[in-house]
Amino acid sequence: MEYIKKDVIRTFSGNIEEEIIKDHALKAIGACIQCGTCSGGCPSGRRTALRTRNIIRKALLNMDEVLKDKDIWLCTTCYTCFERCPRSVPITDIIIKIRNLAVRKGNFLESHKQLSHILIETGHGVPLGNADSKWAKLRVSYGLSPLPPTTHMHPEDIQEIAVLVKETKFDKLVGYPPEPKAD
Amino acid sequence: MTEIKEQKKEHPKEELIEKPFSDLKYSLYLGCVIPNRYPMIERATRFVFDKLGIELIDMNGATCCPAPGVFRSVDKALWLTLGARNLTIAQNNKTTELLTLCNGCFGTLHEVEHEMKSNPDINQRINKILAEKNIHFDGNVNVRQIMDVLYFDFGLERLKSLVKKTLNLRVAIHYGCHILKPSSTQLFGQDPDNPTFFDEVVETIGCQSIDYQEKLMCCGAGGSLRTGFKDNSLQYTIEKLRQIRKVGVDCIVVCCPFCHLQFDLGQIEVSKFLDDGEEEFRIPVIFITQLLGLAMGYEPEDLGMIKPEEPKGISPFVPFDKLLKKIESIPLDNQVQKIKTNAKTEAKPKAKTKAKTTTKGGKKL
Repeated sequence: MEYIKKDVIRTFSGNIEEEIIKDHALKAIGACIQCGTCSGGCPSGRRTALRTRNIIRKALLNMDEVLKDKDIWLCTTCYTCFERCPRSVPITDIIIKIRNLAVRKGNFLESHKQLSHILIETGHGVPLGNADSKWAKLRVSYGLSPLPPTTHMHPEDIQEIAVLVKETKFDKLVGYPPEPKAD
Repeated sequence: MTEIKEQKKEHPKEELIEKPFSDLKYSLYLGCVIPNRYPMIERATRFVFDKLGIELIDMNGATCCPAPGVFRSVDKALWLTLGARNLTIAQNNKTTELLTLCNGCFGTLHEVEHEMKSNPDINQRINKILAEKNIHFDGNVNVRQIMDVLYFDFGLERLKSLVKKTLNLRVAIHYGCHILKPSSTQLFGQDPDNPTFFDEVVETIGCQSIDYQEKLMCCGAGGSLRTGFKDNSLQYTIEKLRQIRKVGVDCIVVCCPFCHLQFDLGQIEVSKFLDDGEEEFRIPVIFITQLLGLAMGYEPEDLGMIKPEEPKGISPFVPFDKLLKKIESIPLDNQVQKIKTNAKTEAKPKAKTKAKTTTKGGKKL
């Protein structure tokens, strides 16, 4: 058989759609008619290989590869597709959900993992550093307190965050604390 | 942008009573980028609100909102949990209004608020997690964004009365995404493909909003794209910057610090993508409260617009110098008026009485 090549056979073992529609608000994924309005309006798709329609298609077909597809991380969540979908499919939220499922399989970028660790440690996605950092000095030059009244000024709240992180099993999900490197 | 004035605005919320400034009170949610990278925005906002006598209460121990891009994508459960925890800080402050200066924080906190108020399942689940630390979200917090506060709580008429210096700058407005979409929960009741509130505010405080292609396109920073694929995110920015340069403006105005960062630091970062012979971008980026402060006649140093000599490598990366020079030469409106009234003393009082009667007739509904 010359026409069927092994490398085009895809796996459909997952239950991606089932997982997606567990979230009631995302049920409308079934209404997708593959018209491509989402891909047409996507500002990321204009400059990258992201094809939103294709992502939704693969999710509907339970194709495992969608969870390994790097393209799902090219969405800026600008909600253009969400607004323009003629079938009112909450596309952006579905992409977020697909990302959640991908992370559960361990498929996410190292930079996102690192940032998750920073969140657990500092309470911030973009932390200031300490009171001697250049950003703290900049704050002072504008007449502000060196540390903002967030978890930076109240480090005791980091403990509270730690409890919530444990409770949601976020730490396990993002591999925190990182395993010490063997020397 | 002449047609915006004719459009009829409908307030999506019930309360339309204009409270005096002294009655306004907000819990100020700072987020991450403002206090930790662009403190000039915090400075300008605190300064302007203080001058108006509006109370801003700090949200002690607040965390990242958490960011709707990275953290929602990694795990929605933690995102909801920390978001709800942030809302409870405003609740403990005994304020119903939470003010954010960021589209991303607004996107997160507003959606968390919406989910916690309208989805009993999620409410129960998240409150159960929060109970672990004896926290409970009661649902008495409204998440507000700075543009929404300027547009509805201040109101255009009052904004106009605050202007002491008509700047008449040519500005490029960048709305950002999460303040416009999803439209189902947007605060302004405006079409996300044709919004006007930002233009209205900017024109009310005496600047010209210059239209440009791709005005409503994302800046490229959001959705974890900047963190994950910076070069891709800069492709958005360079396209917008090219369009902005085409129309020629004095500055870019934003209402989101992440967009601010993407346009400000981004102008340095996109250098490597410039075509041969293409000039570097050096368009100052200004936050809406800074622009408002300038229009109110305050000095640039009060609004965090004079960058200190030390330390190095800090924001803003595109200097304000050119803009400040231009602003320096603009006189206060009363000085202009003085010159005008000296020229024709009779015409003035007549115009004033006329204006008064029209507002009286038109406003009392």
